[in-house]
Amino acid sequence: MENMEQQLTDLQARLQAIEGRAQSNKLSMIVFSGDMDKVLASFVIATGAAAMGMEVVMFFTFWGTPVLRGKGKKAGAKDTMGKMFGAMLPKGTCDVKLSKMNMAGLGTAMMKRLMKKKNVASLEQLLELAGELDVGIYICEMSMDLMGFKREEIIDYPSLTYCGVAKFLEEANDSRIQLFI
Amino acid sequence: MSDAIKADKVLDLKGLPCPMPVVKISKGIKTVEVGQVVEAITSDPGSLADFPAWARTSGNEIMETIQDNGEIRFFVRRKA
Repeated sequence: MENMEQQLTDLQARLQAIEGRAQSNKLSMIVFSGDMDKVLASFVIATGAAAMGMEVVMFFTFWGTPVLRGKGKKAGAKDTMGKMFGAMLPKGTCDVKLSKMNMAGLGTAMMKRLMKKKNVASLEQLLELAGELDVGIYICEMSMDLMGFKREEIIDYPSLTYCGVAKFLEEANDSRIQLFI
Repeated sequence: MSDAIKADKVLDLKGLPCPMPVVKISKGIKTVEVGQVVEAITSDPGSLADFPAWARTSGNEIMETIQDNGEIRFFVRRKA
């Protein structure tokens, strides 16, 4: 009998440990790409997941970082490399290009027209919707620093946090779905 | 056409492609009480797979699906 009680206590402890490791109904996504099509897919998945009742966190890193620059935002003083990255990389969602068939911007412009005609939500609309649906956005601090981006030039968004890899890993470890786009 | 189910609210989602139908029903269902019914009308064929998936995941119930001339009418009961 005593043995049984001991076994029960052991089992309870093990169950507690397993439950502690169980993942939440959460989606963690890395947005590495700054291509319009891939960012569009990211936001469609993010807003869709939020609609399904999932918690959603998006981590913007490397080429994904400049997608979150605000169109009318000013950055202040930058060094030469920072200026170069600033000038060459897209300034926000309306500035991103297709990964294929861009054709010096013509393809992207055509795609945007087609999306409008077919009623497909634009990146700007999806970003706003993501904010309404409480999608959390994290920005990689190292990418910001590497490319010389300033916080002043990043969009205003309800839930925006600057972070490093550990924050992503913590969230990913607690998520049933993890995506790298 | 079956009109046996009475909807407490109607959502017209015609012309909206993915992901908007699912986003709109998830918002719309929260505007009615638990037990009440929302009728969502879409024209997106993808929603035939998406609405049941959304319902299973979010814990709501698709009571009936009617396809009619390119329109899809979902009767969704709020359960959660």
